[in-house]
Amino acid sequence: MQTDAISKITQAKVLTKGTTESVDISYAFTSDLMSDVLTIDVSKLVLITGLNNLQTIRTAEMAEIRCILFGRDKKPSMEMITLAEKEGMVLMVSEKSLFHLSGLLFQEGIKPVY
Amino acid sequence: MEFSYIIEGGDFSKAGSASSEVKKILKQLNLAPEKIKKIAVAMYEAEVNIVAHAYKGVMEGKIDAEKVFLRFRDEGPGIEDVDKAMQEGFSTASEEVRQMGFGAGMGLPNIRKNSDSLKVSSEVGKGTTVEITSYINN
Repeated sequence: MQTDAISKITQAKVLTKGTTESVDISYAFTSDLMSDVLTIDVSKLVLITGLNNLQTIRTAEMAEIRCILFGRDKKPSMEMITLAEKEGMVLMVSEKSLFHLSGLLFQEGIKPVY
Repeated sequence: MEFSYIIEGGDFSKAGSASSEVKKILKQLNLAPEKIKKIAVAMYEAEVNIVAHAYKGVMEGKIDAEKVFLRFRDEGPGIEDVDKAMQEGFSTASEEVRQMGFGAGMGLPNIRKNSDSLKVSSEVGKGTTVEITSYINN
């Protein structure tokens, strides 16, 4: 599934520019614990999180995660967006809860990691 | 090649910037993407550990045809019981560190998982040294 489909399904607003076209997603992981995110081995993953700080982006960079979906309207800062754009990531934000976002994507065939 | 980066203790705005630079070097050297990810995760965990626990530190690296060797030396409180610190779930991290999404006692176990060799030595009241080796063709 492409990231534009993910933003459509979750009614999320894409915040990064120039990187949205071709990020393909098969899996999702929902967590605020970056240590846990760093243990994941799969690729093509969207991170669904409510943790809104620079380490969220750094963690995604190290773990080769190209798409982050922030729930509960946790809007990332400009600094986070700039770093994400530099790393070719797609950031999006939705008003829905992490549970709701996870459920919507699961329903559409996005797979759990575990 | 050799390199070294200063890591500031307590400064979460910069945590990960040294690892980000080294990751770019690994990409330029055309290492396998899976290998790069493993090394990136291991060094980022080690860098976050310094930011979270120490006053200051340094990441020194050496890359040759066979392996990537990274040494993280810090000046800080040290680790009282290294064996305990290696256990999953054990953590002495502050509330601030936990708010950053870390401090769940997963760092050192995750470094071990993502490297071929991990050596931790520490002196209480002085600091900690973490050495990570990853073999390139492994």
